[in-house]
Amino acid sequence: MSVELDVFVGNTTIMDKEVYQLWLNGYTVYDAVRVRMEGGVMEEYEANAEVLLSDTMDQFRTFQMCERLLHNPAKLANQLLFQIPPDRQAMLIERYYAFDDAFAREVLGKKLSKGTKKDLDDISAKTGIMLKSCRRQFDNFKRVFKVVEELKGPLVENIRQHFLLSDQLARDYAAIVFFTSNRFETGKRKLHYITFQDFAFCAGQLINNWTIGSVDNMAEDMDVDLDKEFLQDLKDLKILITDKDLLDQHKSLVCTSLRGKTKVFNEMEANFKNLSRGLVNIAAKLTNTKDVRDFFIDLVEKFIEPCRSDKWTTVDMALYLTHYTNSAHLLDSFRHQAVWNRYMGVIKSCILRMYHD
Amino acid sequence: MPGKLKAKIVAGRHLPVMDRASDLTDAFVEVKFGNTTFKTDVYPKSLNPQWNSGWFKFEVDDEDLQDEPLQITVLDHDTYSANDAIGKVYIDIDPLLCSEAATVISGWLPIYDTIHGIRGEINVLVKVDLFNDLNRFRQSSCGVKFFCTTSIPRCYRAVMVHGFVEELVVNEDPEYQWIDRIRTPRASNEARQRLISLMSGELQRKIGLKVLEMGGNAVVGYLQCFDLEGESGIVVRAIGTACTLEKLTNPPSNAQHTANSSPSKDIRESPAACVSGCRSSHSSPVHGAASRLAQGFSVSYPTLLFSGMGSGGSAGKEAGPLKTLLRQQTQTALEQREFPFFTLSSFPPGFLSHVGGVVSARSVKLLDRIHNPDEPETRDAWWEELRQEIKSHAKALGCHAVVGYSESTSICEEVCILSAAGTAAVLNCRFLQESCQDTLTEHRLSRQLPLFPSGSDKVEFDLGSSASLGCEDLAPPGCGFCHIPYDELNMPFPAQLSYCCCCRRAKVPDVLFTTIDLPTEATITGKGCLIQARLCRLKKKGQGEANATCISSLLPFMEYELHTQLLNKLKLRGMNALFGLRIQISVGENMLVGLASATGVYLSALPSPGGIQIAGKNPGDLSYEQHVSNMQRKINDTITKNRDIYQINPPEVVEEVIGSPIPEPRQRSRLFRSQSESSDELSELDLSHGKKDAFVLEIDDTDAVEDIHCLLTDAPTPPGFFSCNTEIMPGIHNWTSGLQMFTSVRVFRLSNANLTNQGLNKIFNELCENLLKSLYFKLRSMVPCCLCHLNFAVAVPEDELIQVAVTAVAMSFHKDQIQDSNKSGEDRTAMKVITEDQLQFPMELSAETTPAQLLSAAKNSGPSDCSTSGLARAPSVDYSSFADRCSTWIEQLRLRAHTIRRGSIKTTSSLERGSPLPDGRSRSLRSTRSFHGSSVAVVKMTPLSFIPGAKIIKYLGIINMFFIRETTSLREEGGVSGFLHTFIAEVFAMVRAHVAALGGNAVVSYSMKECVFMENPNKNQAQCLINVSGDAVIFTRETDLETSSTQLQAANPQSNEDTPA
Repeated sequence: MSVELDVFVGNTTIMDKEVYQLWLNGYTVYDAVRVRMEGGVMEEYEANAEVLLSDTMDQFRTFQMCERLLHNPAKLANQLLFQIPPDRQAMLIERYYAFDDAFAREVLGKKLSKGTKKDLDDISAKTGIMLKSCRRQFDNFKRVFKVVEELKGPLVENIRQHFLLSDQLARDYAAIVFFTSNRFETGKRKLHYITFQDFAFCAGQLINNWTIGSVDNMAEDMDVDLDKEFLQDLKDLKILITDKDLLDQHKSLVCTSLRGKTKVFNEMEANFKNLSRGLVNIAAKLTNTKDVRDFFIDLVEKFIEPCRSDKWTTVDMALYLTHYTNSAHLLDSFRHQAVWNRYMGVIKSCILRMYHD
Repeated sequence: MPGKLKAKIVAGRHLPVMDRASDLTDAFVEVKFGNTTFKTDVYPKSLNPQWNSGWFKFEVDDEDLQDEPLQITVLDHDTYSANDAIGKVYIDIDPLLCSEAATVISGWLPIYDTIHGIRGEINVLVKVDLFNDLNRFRQSSCGVKFFCTTSIPRCYRAVMVHGFVEELVVNEDPEYQWIDRIRTPRASNEARQRLISLMSGELQRKIGLKVLEMGGNAVVGYLQCFDLEGESGIVVRAIGTACTLEKLTNPPSNAQHTANSSPSKDIRESPAACVSGCRSSHSSPVHGAASRLAQGFSVSYPTLLFSGMGSGGSAGKEAGPLKTLLRQQTQTALEQREFPFFTLSSFPPGFLSHVGGVVSARSVKLLDRIHNPDEPETRDAWWEELRQEIKSHAKALGCHAVVGYSESTSICEEVCILSAAGTAAVLNCRFLQESCQDTLTEHRLSRQLPLFPSGSDKVEFDLGSSASLGCEDLAPPGCGFCHIPYDELNMPFPAQLSYCCCCRRAKVPDVLFTTIDLPTEATITGKGCLIQARLCRLKKKGQGEANATCISSLLPFMEYELHTQLLNKLKLRGMNALFGLRIQISVGENMLVGLASATGVYLSALPSPGGIQIAGKNPGDLSYEQHVSNMQRKINDTITKNRDIYQINPPEVVEEVIGSPIPEPRQRSRLFRSQSESSDELSELDLSHGKKDAFVLEIDDTDAVEDIHCLLTDAPTPPGFFSCNTEIMPGIHNWTSGLQMFTSVRVFRLSNANLTNQGLNKIFNELCENLLKSLYFKLRSMVPCCLCHLNFAVAVPEDELIQVAVTAVAMSFHKDQIQDSNKSGEDRTAMKVITEDQLQFPMELSAETTPAQLLSAAKNSGPSDCSTSGLARAPSVDYSSFADRCSTWIEQLRLRAHTIRRGSIKTTSSLERGSPLPDGRSRSLRSTRSFHGSSVAVVKMTPLSFIPGAKIIKYLGIINMFFIRETTSLREEGGVSGFLHTFIAEVFAMVRAHVAALGGNAVVSYSMKECVFMENPNKNQAQCLINVSGDAVIFTRETDLETSSTQLQAANPQSNEDTPA
């Protein structure tokens, strides 16, 4: 004796947020029923396990049927099959495209290829996120990447428009797309401490300041690529470390303004040339795609690690970077103020964001 | 040449990829009507083709316009091989043939394929230019309006109700033709869909002709059904109630003025001058009525005339100036009046004088091939027989009419059970008679507001009201229909009669069963609830005549048991009447399944029900007695608890103390007559229990144990939920606009064959209970809420399968006013009348009416209402808000007219995020992606005839759709559940899209008539047929102007300038 067929179809599609989340998380119907039972839904409305199973199966089926539409969210508003109120549609989309930072951190910068997809079970084991959910998130990344890859115009806006996502989520996806297309290295051991949100922040900085779209919003090119001209100009900054006088001048200016303001003054003074060389060298090398990939690892190795070993506080760091940037303007023979500002603005905010344990 | 059909193919979207190489489609469209076909150009390489075709014109007879659907086929062009069909759209153009319905069909319609389901959408524009045809021998009946709604539609008034119309057409089933062996499943399905579409068109046209012949212009309560008889063919049959309807354009002041006069006039004018108390005195009352009529009639226009009464002799005498009535005296008209049946289930106050009880008849037939489809005489004769049966039952109950009438079938192989059921009633009875009971009736009637306002003037109004004022003792209005129509001394069955608890004048039965909705004027105590009796009976597999005989011998027992169950469950809930009773008996190969659903209420006029007493057989045994008393206590507790839940606290406790539900020893009743017959054998069944006391259950009777088990396992509805199978829940009035229509289907497989009747019963019972529980759980977010119009359909599709399909609507209501129903009876009545006013009022409005007029009208009528009615009826109507509502409503109308003219689109909030980008940067995005700014119009669906908190301002036509879906990849589509889930969702989508294309924003009186599901999991195949119907309407929200205007705009998303880019 068994229920052979069991369906419920409402004129307005009924969806339970809690069940939706369980589905998104990759639960099987039976696991979801167990979770719901533990959650205490049963006591409400005198449901029994059978009722709960039927409801869960039904909703899972509905979500599966909707999934096709969620792949192209604009379709969801246009389709006739399910009558879903607008606020519900927004919820469905937002949650479908939401991802776990832990997962994103693992995939960040990697090629969204079949090879990576095969490794998803490792990521699943490592992060504790169910494989099914990993797959969904991976496919979402890939889908968003593929769509915006071909599009011109501002990256975040494109993502928001095309996938009808909230601003925050669109920004996160922009970060993922940006990292993926520039193939930034994020997997090195030294970078492990940096969270996805740190990287997303940095990506936002880079997108807003270093891409072509950031200076010329009529440009045909897209947000994903760094401004080649700017990268070329960065080579000019080398003068700051190659010209001995300039380097000494810069150091003394910074030291004068920082004296007595920080506990790590001595260490700073001793390390100044090294640190300055590190930052300027990073700038000068960015014309090479290979070095762009190593941008973050370079930042950590050349700047963050030395400072950390000297036990700089975040305040020290902020103070140093501010004065380091501003002092360069006072150097008479340094003519690349605009490029310097554009470079250091991003570097400063990235380092500050990344400078934590 | 009386019609020109024009169609334009605008665009397509979301088309499937038909060319794997390019991932695109080269689509073109064939537009076919009758034998004429047009084609659009091929729009190459696109999934969103823009055809923008010119007008395709078909010049056709209106007969064809009624029968044929417009057939639109979308194909993929293929240079080298045959073109592949993507899918089809059938458009029923009937709504365009009626001047008062829709004028254009325009919008996105799903492209449907019977194998793949919905495959994209197509945007079309369809219009009809109709020329007037004065040919009196015409075969078409264009312009006759059809309504599924089983009451007078909300924005019409009935000038006349002509009576019962029926028709059936038969044809061979394409699936059983020889050609089916060589054609594809798709071709076979399409042939079937097309044939049924044609047949229902033809049926509608034929019924329309009958209506025109009777002088009517509309069919209300139109019920169309398919019988898939397999080898022997397809029968499409329909019944309905012919009416002359008039769109309400009069200001409501008329309605208010005549509030007091016209009902009494109605009585005089009514040809329903039939016997109420006793069957023999037939002619004398008629004379009385007729002579009185002579005075008033010439000045007034008859407000409501009922033809088609059983007592044809008295009908039509008062016809006066009405030619239609004269015509009814002719022979043909008499034939029409052969069956005094009404498919309506809710009536204006005062329509029903007395209700006798349920009358039903069943017959078992053996199907054989229909030899000549043009003369479906056998089927006609079968139904005729049944109807005669029903009529004679009604007569035996002293009633001249049957209301809430419906017909159904259940087919298994070659055996077919035909069922007909209704409620015997006396309509609007004559007001002069010796017995005081009739005087009372007159007074009751004279205080009721007619829903059919007449054009009579003030003089009459005064006459009428003074007449009713002249009388001293007034009976409460809500009890008249409960009074027995039959002669007390000559009762058709044994029943326990007592004096009416409301008026104490007339006799009432102790229990009342009906198939209609609770009359609005009825006074009830507490709330109602869904009551179901469920029963399975095994039968031997058999062939032919033996099988039929076996079934027909089982039927009476099933009816008896269902009836006993109903009665016991009713008692257990402390209630005394059932409304909306629907008994379904389905036949399978090896079992019969019976399901009776009804809404139980406590009618204040009827005596308080007794309890249920259990008696053991061997009183000596001590432990046994303890067992019995245990059981008894349980039952008593349940009754007390139920009274509490349903707030049944009868205002005056008469013979009984509440809480001690020990019955009086001689209580028993039956208001139920039924007859089952087989083709060759006739057996009369008296469902009354004879001398045996009905409510003493003897415990060592195994049936009784089962009964008790059944009673006690029925889980109560969870807190916050109510359920009923009638239009609205008795006792709940304050609905919010929260509305959720749903369909749920379950198929249960019985795993082993050696089941007993009892085991089977238990399983079936659990199946239904669990289904209900699941529904409550699903809809828990709507609490407090009521599941209304719960319609269960049971089928036995295969040997060991039971299928239950439920369609209902969940409506939430305001909690704070629940307590109101605890107040005394009078208050409730007043409240109910107000709600009724609110519901009815705006429909009587015309656009020209100014609020000021309305207000004055309302003021004028207010006091007079008070003076005539002793009860708190009209005075409690809030007239200030009344006027406000009028003005906002008129504003809405104007706004609506405006928006429709402009045909503008308003994007809803969901798309606001999709608003255009800042200039410059957005252009590239737009060029690469097709981004339609339009969202989909919201279309509400409900099985009820109204939408709470909203006014239906226009009926756009009937929706009657038939779909077949088949799959050969069942597993890939998610198994049987996935397959059916998708299909039902698709059906809903197609209904919504067609309604939106007609310019509507809701479907009322929606029902799923048929859901035939067949599977063959071994072959990975399944097939399903669904037939749905309803009335497409435009509604506006009462309170929320913003919402309604958006909805209306959304409902009309297409216009000429707005072709999707």
